[in-house]
Amino acid sequence: MREEIIVSGRNNPLIDPQLHIWHWEIPLYLFLGGLAAGVLFFAALYTIRNRENDYRTAVKIAPFVAPIALVIGLIALFLDLHHKLYFWRLYTTIKLESPMSWGAWTLMLVTPLSMLWCALHIKELFPKWDWKFDIIKDVLTFFEKNKKVLAWIMLVSSGILGIYTGILFSAFNARPLWNTSILGPLFLASGLSAGSAITIWLSKDHAEKKRFAQLDLMIIGIELFLIIHMFMGFLASSQVQIDAANLFLGGPYTAPFWIFVVILGMIVPAILEILELRKFKIPVVIPVVLVLFGSLMLRFIISYAGQASRWLY
Amino acid sequence: MRYAMAIDTKKCVGCSDCVVACQTENDVPIGYCRDWVVEVMDGTYPQLEMEIRSERCNHCENSPCVRCCPTGASHYSEGGIVLVEENKCIGCSACITSCPYDARFVHPKGYVDKCTYCLHRVKKGLQPACVAVCPTKCMYFGDLDDPRSEVSMIIKKRKWKTLIPEAGTKPHLYFLI
Amino acid sequence: MNSRRQFLKISSLSAAGLIFGGGLLDAFANNLVKTNPSHFKGPFDFTRTPTYCEVCFWKCAGWVYKDENGRIKKIIGNNDDPNCNGRFCPRGTGGVGMYNDEDRLKTPLIRTEERGKQTFREATWDEAFDYIAKKLTKVKKEYGPESLALFSHGSGGKYFGKVLKGLGSNNIAAPSYAQCRGPREVAFIATYGQGINSPENTDIRDTKCLVLIGSHLGENMHNGQVQEMSDAIDKGATIITVDPRFSTVASKSKFWLPIKPSTDMALLLTWMNVIINEELYDKKYVEKYCYGFDQLKEHVQQYTPEWAYGVTSLKPQQIRETARAMADAAPAVIVHPGRHVTWYGDDTQRLRAVAILNALLGSWGRRGGYYNPEKASVPHFEIPKFPKPNKSWREALGGKYKLADLALASGLCDASMPSPDLGHQVKAWIVNGTNLINTLPNQANTLKAIQELDLIAVVDTMPMEITGYADVVLPECTYLERYDSLRVSQGREPSIALRMPAVEPKYNTKPAYWMARELAKKLNLLDYFPFENLEDEIDWELQQVGTSLEEMQRIGVKRIKREYDDLYFAKDENVEFNTNTGKIELYSTALADEGFEPMPVFVQHPEPQEGFYRLIYGRAPMHTFSRTANNPNLTDLMDENTVWVNPKVAKEWDLKNDQYVYLENQDGIVSDFSIKVRVTERIRFDSVYMVHGFGHTDKRMKRCFGKGVSDTQLITNVMTDPIMGGTGMRGNFVTFRFDNKKEA
Repeated sequence: MREEIIVSGRNNPLIDPQLHIWHWEIPLYLFLGGLAAGVLFFAALYTIRNRENDYRTAVKIAPFVAPIALVIGLIALFLDLHHKLYFWRLYTTIKLESPMSWGAWTLMLVTPLSMLWCALHIKELFPKWDWKFDIIKDVLTFFEKNKKVLAWIMLVSSGILGIYTGILFSAFNARPLWNTSILGPLFLASGLSAGSAITIWLSKDHAEKKRFAQLDLMIIGIELFLIIHMFMGFLASSQVQIDAANLFLGGPYTAPFWIFVVILGMIVPAILEILELRKFKIPVVIPVVLVLFGSLMLRFIISYAGQASRWLY
Repeated sequence: MRYAMAIDTKKCVGCSDCVVACQTENDVPIGYCRDWVVEVMDGTYPQLEMEIRSERCNHCENSPCVRCCPTGASHYSEGGIVLVEENKCIGCSACITSCPYDARFVHPKGYVDKCTYCLHRVKKGLQPACVAVCPTKCMYFGDLDDPRSEVSMIIKKRKWKTLIPEAGTKPHLYFLI
Repeated sequence: MNSRRQFLKISSLSAAGLIFGGGLLDAFANNLVKTNPSHFKGPFDFTRTPTYCEVCFWKCAGWVYKDENGRIKKIIGNNDDPNCNGRFCPRGTGGVGMYNDEDRLKTPLIRTEERGKQTFREATWDEAFDYIAKKLTKVKKEYGPESLALFSHGSGGKYFGKVLKGLGSNNIAAPSYAQCRGPREVAFIATYGQGINSPENTDIRDTKCLVLIGSHLGENMHNGQVQEMSDAIDKGATIITVDPRFSTVASKSKFWLPIKPSTDMALLLTWMNVIINEELYDKKYVEKYCYGFDQLKEHVQQYTPEWAYGVTSLKPQQIRETARAMADAAPAVIVHPGRHVTWYGDDTQRLRAVAILNALLGSWGRRGGYYNPEKASVPHFEIPKFPKPNKSWREALGGKYKLADLALASGLCDASMPSPDLGHQVKAWIVNGTNLINTLPNQANTLKAIQELDLIAVVDTMPMEITGYADVVLPECTYLERYDSLRVSQGREPSIALRMPAVEPKYNTKPAYWMARELAKKLNLLDYFPFENLEDEIDWELQQVGTSLEEMQRIGVKRIKREYDDLYFAKDENVEFNTNTGKIELYSTALADEGFEPMPVFVQHPEPQEGFYRLIYGRAPMHTFSRTANNPNLTDLMDENTVWVNPKVAKEWDLKNDQYVYLENQDGIVSDFSIKVRVTERIRFDSVYMVHGFGHTDKRMKRCFGKGVSDTQLITNVMTDPIMGGTGMRGNFVTFRFDNKKEA
């Protein structure tokens, strides 16, 4: 028998007996960030490919979700800080080796960018909107003229936003569950999937809906592929990684992960969308809500399970 | 100058004096600790063996906590000692999650805290509180770059190990076995 | 049944006192630093004051540091102190917690009855002393001074001792005798003519072989011994540990002998057999210094390793190997006498075996074995002679235990209950700094004795269980807040250490000296307390030895040159031992005279029945007895004890790690609280182990109330040593229960 115990009564709050330092704030932000990234990514993509009018919802309406999501996400992040009064220190320096620093600055860029994008398209939602001040109208006209450039910037930054949330976790290789480079692409894909879902939900154009359903199916396929490879990687790796993988293969997180994230969040919506494409009538809200739910649960479970995985003891 | 600590597991009795001394020296609040003692036992009665280790922040040379800090609060100080600047720390806890040794914790005042190798004592030529109090004198502290310091000499003489070397953190805490 | 004394929990009476006292302290503290307007003689450097620790008996000297607000910050060792060499143990370092503990006793309390219910009421010091003085006088008049008793463990005992002696009683007992080291003292006195006392005179730092029998150095934090053991390990010494449990030191031993509990005597006698028959003993030493070798040789022939195998379950090869290892290292070998040796009732004889073994190896008086300790001789201010007691504690016990050299706490407790065997009955107790409820085995007995008393006054710093039974509770301030008599301890070098207060007493607490003196005033015994302030007496004493209070406040510890250069026996020195024959008595004439076995004999002790396991208890390095269980710094390290269970036993009972169970002993006593199970290979399948000092039942101690189990509660079978009355406590067996409902 092997007995490995701490005999000096260590019980640091939030650290012992098992790390539980990040609660709902972080996964919520990661979900909202991923969602915003997905929405903005597609908006930018189709603008660049000159399909603005084919995919009006994607380009002009769905992006309104982004600033709301980002602001809520930022508030959640702020609430998570333990030394709140010093939050401004994040913006006094850029640390290239710290994904959190990237995130802080990317958010700094993306949030105003998304608000700008919404401002450009405000007339889609509020036809009678009037920017009272001339200077605002001038600024917006300027950006309207340089929409392509704006779109490129938004494409890249939303891509970074989507992927950095996964890279953030994988940079903490002290938590064996996160110690995989698959997490970045997985979170990006999950974000894109959520973005497509939102677009499908808000869209009234059948062609657009179909297109995004196909996109979503493809993305779900990629996600499933990534998840399988992630587990294969873990099980072929060192003991700590095998232990981490076992959290999902018989451990406490098995049921929530496979049921909520994979089955309800990916497979069921995929089936429903295939059925939709084959002309079966499915209320569109069901697959959409399931995808969003699955995306949220993915973040929660990976966050909590990651904190449960460890190298020592 | 590279400060390091070596602890002789053959002499350590697990009394946890190092934990209390650190608490009183550094005003660590009750309920928190910067260092801790681990007992590892293997075997079946009566073929048994045991190792006792006093652990703390390893002040790694390649520390993930310094790398991942978004504000630079976590930084290398004199002799490679890793410190947290209270006024720069925002309490995001990224460093806590990135430490494979679980050496950090959130101080009730909001910033992140951990062992500092008692730099305030080392600067005055004293040893860290834990090293100075240990009744079995099993702890050694000094400058690895000085071939005649206690630490340099003892790790030349004895077999040693570090914790999770495969994590690549290059810790500066040696356990003599 | 309405008992005369109901157990009272000290309720939040003192909350008001706390607020007041706390605020005053803050205001005072700000003035204290750098200026020192205090009424006690201050030191040269006020942020650092000397003291010696009171947490255990080792009394390490150290420095108390305060921060810029005058608050106690940390305590570290005094580098000049031979007891600790500048390094305190975890309890000493955690002494700040004793001061900061907000559950401390805050004001004097007197038991009273309100509306038919017993409770404590706050009282003034004057009231409290009046009460005690009146009662003492009454009891003395009615029953004679021999009916007064003092139980003490700590510095205050000296002062209350003077009061008691002044009244004509010599019933002064420390539980550390009959409940702890008593058998060892009597055994070594019978063999070598001198006891071991404290700190033990074992020359561990120079030894080549250290043999520990049930002594768990490293878990019992005898500071100097642990430090020296570490030195010995560095020098490559061989450690032989005899213990049914894989203790910390067993993990550092070259040989660990996992002996069957209660059979240590067999092993010791067998070792003697091997050492004598293989002629490994120190022939010159034995011939020159020992008496009775031939009788011993004949006596141990029956104890062969093969026989021992059947009794102890230790392989004969192992027994021979370890005997040879000891002899190889001789005379730098120590068969350690241990300290808490009251195990099975034949303990004096077992320690006799230890003493004899040491003599055969020639370690007594040799480097690496036992050195000859010396104590400084500090003259005391002359006070009038105490009246000669008409009857002593020996008569109270009916003339038994003639060989006991100190009074028995358990004996005086028994003498408080009416019985035909008693010489006279004890009717009044003063209890100073010892929680008798957790100290004396067989709690029911102690409680019965308390009910028979006319007076019980308790002096303590914390609301320990014993205070709940008191008539009067006197709150003492901690050692960090008072002066106490000089520490004059034995050692390789004599040394004296000063204790002075670092801060003013918190709340409404006072030092024991002041209490004893005020009590003496009321009893007209002031002649025995000529000095109003203890520091003046200390100053006087220090001046007799060539120093002063002022110097000691600066240095803390003064080492004094030995008067005799006799740390070890010189080569071929003629040594006379303080025994009947003037030699080391392998065959004890003193014991024979009293009708006891002159040489130790193996006796089989009862074993647990099916489903029961022997209760073995021990220490943890972060706690001292039950006294530190509420200390905030130390509860951070360990706040409850666990019961160690062998995996085979756990499987039988379906016990899982970290599960909570209740324990029931062979007499049907069920533990008050539940205890966490630790399934570990480190304990034998026929025993369970727990650390002593938990399971507190006093709700006022918020951190430790209800945590863990009190082993004392489960020790109801006391195996009394017929030679000196020691209370053997390891003959109790427990089983597991999953509820604590007591049968009607």
